[in-house]
Amino acid sequence: MDNITDNTQLMRIRIRNATKAFGTLEAVKNADLDVAPGEVVLIIGPSGSGKSTLLRCVNRLETLTEGDIWIDEDLVTDQRGDIRKIREEVGMVFQNFNLFPHLTALENVMLAPRTVKKMTKAASHENALRLLARVGLQDKSTTYPAKLSGGQQQRVAIARALAMNPKVMLFDEPTSALDPEMIKEVLDVMLDLARDGMTMLVVSHEMGFARAAADKVVFMDQGEIIEVGTPSAVFDSPKENRTRRFLEHIL
Amino acid sequence: MAEVNNRDEANRRITVTVSDGALIPDRGETSLFSAWRISFFGAIALLIILPTVRPRPYLDIMRFLPDGILATFQVTIISIVIALAIGLITGLGRISRITVINRIATIYVEVIRGIPLLVQLFYIYFALGQLVRVPRLASAIIAMSVCYGAYMGEIFRAGLQAIPKGQMEAALALGMSRSQALRKVILPQTFRVILPPVGNEFIALLKDSSLVSIIAVSDLLRRGREFASVSFQYFETYTIVALVYLVITLFLSKIVSLIEDWAERRG
Ligand SMILES: Nc1ncnc2c1ncn2[C@@H]1O[C@H](COP(=O)(O)OP(=O)(O)OP(=O)(O)O)[C@@H](O)[C@H]1O
Ligand SMILES: [Mg+2]
Repeated sequence: MDNITDNTQLMRIRIRNATKAFGTLEAVKNADLDVAPGEVVLIIGPSGSGKSTLLRCVNRLETLTEGDIWIDEDLVTDQRGDIRKIREEVGMVFQNFNLFPHLTALENVMLAPRTVKKMTKAASHENALRLLARVGLQDKSTTYPAKLSGGQQQRVAIARALAMNPKVMLFDEPTSALDPEMIKEVLDVMLDLARDGMTMLVVSHEMGFARAAADKVVFMDQGEIIEVGTPSAVFDSPKENRTRRFLEHIL
Repeated sequence: MAEVNNRDEANRRITVTVSDGALIPDRGETSLFSAWRISFFGAIALLIILPTVRPRPYLDIMRFLPDGILATFQVTIISIVIALAIGLITGLGRISRITVINRIATIYVEVIRGIPLLVQLFYIYFALGQLVRVPRLASAIIAMSVCYGAYMGEIFRAGLQAIPKGQMEAALALGMSRSQALRKVILPQTFRVILPPVGNEFIALLKDSSLVSIIAVSDLLRRGREFASVSFQYFETYTIVALVYLVITLFLSKIVSLIEDWAERRG
């Protein structure tokens, strides 16, 4: 496949022959994908095509049935390996934010550095304030998630993931639970991250974001990666019929 | 089949307790003459009027009871603390993916819930008493804790399962271990969810603690019985005993409903 380069050593994420079956249903089938450091890769495809499953295999929230995934030199799919060390370096942002409702915005951002990295209270506090400022929420640090809008919650969730200082960020439909007027504030934060050189694997159908930030667009259907290309190649002149039909459907 | 039925029963139990415990005053009921107010202040009024109008038996009875009230609270509070600890372990066992642990926790819950508390009390006091000498108060507390631990286990299980799956996933994705996620993310939320049903169990336990008078623990009911058997004023004594239980439980149920409001506001 043409999306696989020989220069695999330089890849931040390498997915090889990845298959994930739930019982008899193969949610992901023989997927191969490379993401270089600093690259932004967007995954699109119809509902049930395996986008979330593939993403969740990258930090082993789901375990592959077959195949391998590496993050730099670390083999994610090695069952004997300590997945926690890898997860520290892979941030994840969920469709439903999944903020911790019993903690304030600031405490949400501080929790993992405190418990996992054993950072001091002062250091993690300062770090969290800086990250909240980065996502434009410095004045919401003492607010509980229930009192924040969806867009604000998602920005806190991004700050929470960044607090572990990850080298990869996974986004699973980060804007699809948001009211239209809040989508932009979240995409702006993501754009900013992309420009900063973060390696990002994003499941999203936000075409504007794709054209502005994505290096590659991956189209999935029925568990398979059907087509990979630059945003303009995939959106404007898709090679595969299935891609074309899907794009007609969502545009 | 049996498994499914039990689960249904457990689910029903928790929905009933969480949403609308029998003792918790209806929050819509704010009028001056709510059922709670009439019962609570009516009982207090009787406890004041009766000894004033007829001090002969009533004041004597009320002087005789405080020791028993203390004993009742002692049994209740110690038992609920132990029951909470047992309940936490049982609840975690009930959702454990390790079959052996899961099975042990489930058997404990099923067995205990299938035996009346009074029988458990006799069992621990008399049956175990043939092997080891267990002091009365200790047997009372052991029986109450073991019994309520099973019910608490079901409350903890439902509380743990009420926390959305995404919470654990978010914690794991941040690099936390399962036990860190449990301690820092899942359990603090669980405690908040289960506070109202735990409050109801506390009230139920307080009332059930009157059973321990049968093994001669000098609780509120026992003290009443002692007074009545000497004075032969059964009606007067048990009237006061009932009123004292009523005031205590109504007062506690008010507190539970306040806690429920608070928990709801915190969201
Ligand atoms: N835990 C699971 N158990 C069983 N089947 C699952 C599980 N998770 C996902 N699936 C199935 O795997 C397939 C792919 O699901 P996935 O969530 O990855 O799709 P998706 O592309 O993210 O869809 P959507 O756009 O709706 O989010 C679906 O058929 C789904 O029902
Ligand atoms: Mg999905």
